[in-house]
Order: sequence, then structure tokens, then C-alpha cells
Amino acid sequence: MTEPPLLSVEDVEVRYRVTSGWFGGADVHAVNGVSFSVAEGETIGIVGESGCGKSTLGQAILGLTSVSAGSIKLRGTERDHSRRTHMQIIFQDPQSSLDPRLPVWRLITEPLHIRGGYARKELIDRATELAVSVGLRPEHVDRYPHEFSGGQRQRIAIARALAVEPALLVLDEPTSALDVSVQAQIVNLLLGLQAERKLSYVLISHDVSLVRHVADRVAVMYLGQIVEEGPALDVLDAPKHPYTRTLLDAVPSFERPLASIAARAGELPSNRTLPTGCFYRERCPWATTGCELPQLLVPADGLRAVRCHLVTGVNETAIPRLASPSASLLPNGAGT
Amino acid sequence: MTAADGDSLLEISDLSLEFRTYRGPIKALNGVSLNVRAGEIVGVVGESGCGKSVTMMAATRLLPEGSARITGGGIRLFGSDPMKLSERDLQHVRGRLVSTIFQEPMNALNPTRRIGEQVIEVIRRHQRLDKSAAAGKAASLLRDMLISEPERIMQSYPFELSGGMRQRVLIAMAFSCEPKLIIADEPTTALDVTVQALILSLIKQKARSTGTAVVFISHDMAVVSQLCDRLYVLYAGRVAEAGTTASVLAAPAHPYTRALIRCLPGLAPPKQLLEQIPGTLPDLLDPPAGCLFRARCREANERCVAVPPLAAIEPARRAACWRRIEETQAA
Repeated sequence: MTEPPLLSVEDVEVRYRVTSGWFGGADVHAVNGVSFSVAEGETIGIVGESGCGKSTLGQAILGLTSVSAGSIKLRGTERDHSRRTHMQIIFQDPQSSLDPRLPVWRLITEPLHIRGGYARKELIDRATELAVSVGLRPEHVDRYPHEFSGGQRQRIAIARALAVEPALLVLDEPTSALDVSVQAQIVNLLLGLQAERKLSYVLISHDVSLVRHVADRVAVMYLGQIVEEGPALDVLDAPKHPYTRTLLDAVPSFERPLASIAARAGELPSNRTLPTGCFYRERCPWATTGCELPQLLVPADGLRAVRCHLVTGVNETAIPRLASPSASLLPNGAGT
Repeated sequence: MTAADGDSLLEISDLSLEFRTYRGPIKALNGVSLNVRAGEIVGVVGESGCGKSVTMMAATRLLPEGSARITGGGIRLFGSDPMKLSERDLQHVRGRLVSTIFQEPMNALNPTRRIGEQVIEVIRRHQRLDKSAAAGKAASLLRDMLISEPERIMQSYPFELSGGMRQRVLIAMAFSCEPKLIIADEPTTALDVTVQALILSLIKQKARSTGTAVVFISHDMAVVSQLCDRLYVLYAGRVAEAGTTASVLAAPAHPYTRALIRCLPGLAPPKQLLEQIPGTLPDLLDPPAGCLFRARCREANERCVAVPPLAAIEPARRAACWRRIEETQAA
């Protein structure tokens, strides 16, 4: 019998009911059938633009938002309790994720405080130990959050997450609020902690170069679906799904001139009523016959899966793929 | 009010500026020198607190006059000192010659008025056009920003538009009075990358086709590298390095510029530790004497206790670093 993966996310859907306001009573389809798994010590990067459902997915993994369908299992079990003690989250903004009225030692040991059964002295000792392990100084534990810079506050948040010795951390845009030089410090800290403690990370970010640097595997999300998933370097260096290609072309780079993606730079369709067929069809420059059918995430080559029939040749109803002239625009794709 | 020497639109020389706070004056700028010539796109890069926005706000006199005080150096904007202009002349300079695009497009638009009214108001304030001519001009400006149905957008309120759409409206407004200079203060920081790429290419195309100079303020080196002809790297309210974008990126001269580029995850091999800049920014309430980067610099030596001048190290390339100055002299 094979051991179940550390985290497995299966067909997860998250819908929010928008009950009041201008929209009447519509559902927001934030996550629409996402599956992936994370092995011990592995990092999976979730990339996508704002509104693609990546943060909602992160919160669903933690149990901070309830799933409408599908399951999230930790080491094969679905119980909430094990999730809370074995997974923690780091938020984007350490300014708002730390209670300004608590000293650092109390902040760091808040999870242990909630669990109960520790003496004050034990908590302070543990906090000091954790503070040192994230690069703070022992005397910092008596101070309050406002006395720290953004990077140091993010270190406090990381120390707090480590207090319960989790197996997995969800990192939700952990460096987006920080300057680049501070970002480098936090990235180094996260890499070091992972090597030391065999941590698994789910890294949610819009920053493709950060994900490329840190993640083993990457899942690209669009409108609540994974459109492409596979080893980070494969996907990010040779993207196959049309959306992944648009996204990567748009990433500012030292090596290329400004992309002329004007025609493709539309906006996400509304997630209140999901489009039929391929979600990316309206913005896709290669849209053709077959794209009006729902697309499946199927293996394209080796370890990669792509949700596009032009790449994989597989459609919902398995209609014979048409030899469309535009398909030849996709490298390695349609001609297989 | 014509440009004084040749085609220099903005000239800032050795500008020092402080903000009054209850803890004492914060020395936000400690000698910034910068110039912008007609038609070029100039990047001003640095981390938060380096003075990039303050410099450009000082140039257009947008800083609160009670708390910000210029303590040294000077500004020439279209040949005159903005601090000495009358309110009337200042309005002319700000609307007609210079306009600014800010980071948060929602805060820069009036939420209670339709887009069209706001664009037309700006056009009519500075140009003699009747309402329908101004409306036509507004629509054509919006069309230039690849807004496919300008009439519908002009009937909308800001909250009905996405961030990228709002920013395109503001860029159209900034170009509406055919200014000579546009200051874009992190105009794409709040936007997604695909929208950012669109906005950057729109700014670049429009600026090139109208011959407008752009000062592009950003913390993102990669964005600046794709957009700008020249750049200034600021650190702690001083210019660390200036030069053509290609030359600075190919061989950064100042240790700070070098560290800033090397700490980006995109350039390092995956999973390797990134180069970090040790320490933190100097306290600008009481900045140390000498080179402000000295405490964090691996190459610092005893000469660095004196302030390094922004000296030419190559043609069209300047750096404020004693090491580079010594090397240049030795060569």
C-alpha cells in the first residue's frame, strides 16, 4: 500500500453566496474543481492574477473557508483537527496579521496559548527559541509589533506559524508587501527553514520569478481552475497553455523588450456566471472549434498536465481534433 | 516660460528636503540631482523611503508646504523655480506642461462623477474647446488607450470600472492637455502583470508618438529596464547611480545597484539563497555622515566617511561611490 501524500486536494470547489448588494443573490464561483497534492518537503507554487481564486484555495486548505464540494486530506484523513495543528498560514501583510497590543513572545506563542497547558515561562522560552530561529534577537520578544520593520514583522509571523511544528505552511503572497532587498531575506529564511525542518509549502503568489525560484511544482490558475500544472521549470520556461504563455510574456524581464500583448490583455470574465466551454476562450488568440466544450486537465507530456485541447488533443466528448491552422502557433502542442 | 538651457525640462540640483515631525526633522532628501530632457523616458528607481516620490512631488510643488522644507539645492521646472511661481502660473505649469499619474487610480478619480465629465473638465480647463469638441477629444484619447467603447466608459462611474481601465482613463487625462512632461508614480504597482504590460506599452507608445518626456517612478528594476532610456537609482534621499538603462543594468557601478539587481529571484538559480543586503536603511532622523550606504556595503573603506560626489565614471554614466571614483582616476 502506498503512503498517501501529505496534502491532497481533490476536486475542490468554493462558492460564496453574495446575498446583498447590487448583485441580487448570485454565487461567486471562486474555486471550480481544483485537484493537486503536495509531498513531504515539497513546494507547490500557485500562480495567477487577482481574482483567479488562489487565495481562496489557500484558505480552503487551512479550513478558513468551507468548501462547497470536494475534499482536502492531510495524510489521507479529512479531519479538521489534524489540519489545524499540522498546517499554518503566512499572510501577505504582517501589519494587519499581528495584534498590535500583544508583545512578540505572546504573538509567537499564540497557537500554543490556544492549545493550553503551558506555563508563562515555558512560553517565553519557546518564543525566544523560535524568534532566534527566524533571525530575530532574543531581546526582541518583549517588544511590540510597531517597533519592527515590515521584514521583521514577517519574521514574527513565520515564527508564530512554526510554534505548533506544522508539516505544511500556506504562504499567501509572503513577500508582496516587502521591498526587494527584504524579500530576498525572507525567501532565504523560508528556504533555510524548509531544508532544516522538511516543511512543505503551498506558495501562493502573482510573482512568477519568486515561484520559479522557490517551487518544485507549479499550478497556474485561471478563473478558479488549474489550467496548467507540472514541474516549475518546465511550466515556467516552456509554457504550453495559451493563458500561461500570455501571463509569462507579460512578466517584466531584463532579457526581453516590453511585450506587445495588448490584444491579449483582457480581463478575467465574471466569476458570478461561469463561461461555458473553455474559460479562457474569449481572451485566447488561438480559440477555435472545440473550445466551446469544457476543457479537461490531462497529461500533456511527462509530468505536466494542461487544460487545453489544442495542446493535449483531448476534449470533453473526445471529438476528433480539427487540423486548425491556428493550432500550429502552439509549439510542441498540436502536432503530436 | 520656455525651457532655459536647450531642451532641459526639469533640472534638480543637489536638492535637500526635510519633513517636520514631532521627533525632529526627517531628512528625506540629502542632495538629489536629476535632469529630464524633452522626449526621453527616465526611470527613478529605489526601495520605499528612498525619496523617489518626494523628489518628483517637490518638483511639481505638491508637498504640503507647512511640513516639507527645502534646505538646500534647487529646482528648475521649464526654466523657473516652482517654489517661486504664483498660484496662477503654477496651475498653468501643472496642467499644461506637466501632469502626473498616480499609483491608485481609484483615489485619483472623483467617485461621484461620471468618467466623461472628469476627462472633459480637465480638457476644458486648459484648452479653449466647447463641450462637444472636448467630448470628441476625450473619446479619441480613450480610444488611443485601446478602450473599445469610449462613449459607454464616459457614461460610467469610476466604481464600475476595473483597476486597469481606471488607470487607462487617468493616462488619457494625463496626455489630454499635450503636456511636455508626464510624471508616472508607480502607475502599475496595483495592477496584474498582464494589465501592467498593456499599460506600460500604452504609456510608451503615446509618449513616443507625442514626443512627451516621462519620469517613471518605480521600485521594479525589470519594469524600468523595459521602459526607460535612462535611469536614476536613489538610496536614502541621494542618487547612487545614474546612466543609460542598458549600461547600468549590464554593469551596475554602485554596490547598492548591484545588490538591488542580484537580490531579485529571477536571476538566481532556483532554490539557491538570494544575495541579500545586510542591515537596514539608515535612520533619516539622524543620517550618518559620509556615504549613506556605508554601513551595508561590502566594499566600504575609510574614504567612505566623506560624502562621495555623483561623479562621471564613463561617458553618460555617474555613480556616487569612492571605489568607482578611485578606479576611474587610476585608469
